[in-house]
Amino acid sequence: MLDAFQSEFMRNALLAGLLASVACGIIGTLVVVNRIVFISGGIAHAAYGGIGLAIFFGIAPLAGAVGFALVIAMIMSAVTLKNKQRADTVVGVMWAFGMALGIILVDLSSGYNVDLMSYLFGSILAVPRADIVMMALVDLGVLVIVGSLYNSFLAMSFDEEFAKAMGVRVAVLYYVLLGMIALSVIMLIRIVGLVLVIALLTIPPFIAEKFCRSLKAMMITSVFLNFFVSLVGLWFSYRFNLTSGATIIMVAAAFFFASLVYERVRNHLGGA
Amino acid sequence: MPVSAIELHNISFFYNSDPILTDVNLSVQEQDFLAIIGPNGSGKTTLLKIILGILKPAQGTVRAFGKTPMEAAGLLGYVPQNTGLNKDFPISVQDVALMGRLGRRGRDRRYTPDDRALARRVLEQVGMWEYRDRPIGKLSGGQRQRVLIARALTVEPKILLMDEPTASVDAQFQTDLYDLLKELNTAITIVVVSHDMSVLSGYINSVACLNRTLYHHESGEITEEVLHSAYQCPVDLIAHGGVPHRVLRKHDHEDC
Repeated sequence: MLDAFQSEFMRNALLAGLLASVACGIIGTLVVVNRIVFISGGIAHAAYGGIGLAIFFGIAPLAGAVGFALVIAMIMSAVTLKNKQRADTVVGVMWAFGMALGIILVDLSSGYNVDLMSYLFGSILAVPRADIVMMALVDLGVLVIVGSLYNSFLAMSFDEEFAKAMGVRVAVLYYVLLGMIALSVIMLIRIVGLVLVIALLTIPPFIAEKFCRSLKAMMITSVFLNFFVSLVGLWFSYRFNLTSGATIIMVAAAFFFASLVYERVRNHLGGA
Repeated sequence: MPVSAIELHNISFFYNSDPILTDVNLSVQEQDFLAIIGPNGSGKTTLLKIILGILKPAQGTVRAFGKTPMEAAGLLGYVPQNTGLNKDFPISVQDVALMGRLGRRGRDRRYTPDDRALARRVLEQVGMWEYRDRPIGKLSGGQRQRVLIARALTVEPKILLMDEPTASVDAQFQTDLYDLLKELNTAITIVVVSHDMSVLSGYINSVACLNRTLYHHESGEITEEVLHSAYQCPVDLIAHGGVPHRVLRKHDHEDC
């Protein structure tokens, strides 16, 4: 197994996996406990509109995706804060609108269709240096923000109304959270592609939630699970020459089902 | 001239253009022990949330000790109804209780050893210290209610607002709780939303009857017409038996 990770591009891929695991373990945890998986999916897919825009105007696709995703995230925050009941519909529309915009713009700019697959399904084996630097910066930002506002995020996630009554600026935190989701999601597009982003963002926290007694423990467990899953998935991808995004998600899904079985067995034994 | 603890002026609130509260005025004196009573859907919970700044009224002003709800954040303790909590959330009893310390102004939001000592004292007071590491989802309804009460007390509030605080606790704790509130009441103002008037009768100083609009009776002068106007449905009054009357009698007696 080790020889698979000797080459330069594999080491790059591993580094990318590690960096993405940090941000996504932390942000994925907040996504799961705040029950905003659908909004995160909306941001990820709408980000494709940004990739289309960037390709059409000839700028770096990732930069376009980041900018567009941030704008979408802010609009979704505003809509959700204003009317929780209607937010689902609006998120669904923006999800589809972003994708459609991206597809049309890529159609109009001929010659880029080869790249398309790598955004949809990821290309962790071809992550450029510049992206690794960006991922490290996003990690740093997420660690500083969540680290310094941890108690406020905890209060908001557990009981938004009480947090508000305590003077926690819930609306501001919500904008910040969705902004961080946008950045994390873009990182993951590199790793597993936007189709599979949500799986990697949410499966490790789903598993971790069953075994953790604090939000912090859930975040740390998710980071490790993320990294482990990326590592094993990457190896499968290399060994059997399969799409890396899909193998990573397969490993995550296997863990998820195993955790369900484990929980069943434990409850069964506990109840007996 | 004393500043009143809570001052509501012409409050109106709509939910999807349905009026929930209309023109509510309320003035609560410091160290009052006020019960807000009213039928289901009368806007009791909404009114509490407006005082706390959780909901913004369509019209009117809210002041607690002369401050807006945002400025008064560290002064108000809140015990919400025990039904809406996410029971899968990975959080321990102790960490829930500590949340009450978030209201302090002008400091960062890290908890100090003093905060932890206070949380311990309060959890001991409600008999939940031995469960401090237990996840909130693994408690019974009554135990969870005690934790929510502890969380409101760690605020060290000047005003304590409680929404049906005794809904899921046993009779013994109910008595203990009201005795504790009575004790706290020597220093702080307490507002309780409840429809369980029989328990409240021995403790409260004033009653407000809410049904979209408010009828406040500082000296306990509730006539039957006032209760009728609040409850609107006389059957409801009759169904509750003599309870409202008993509240009044006792209250009148104490006041005279």
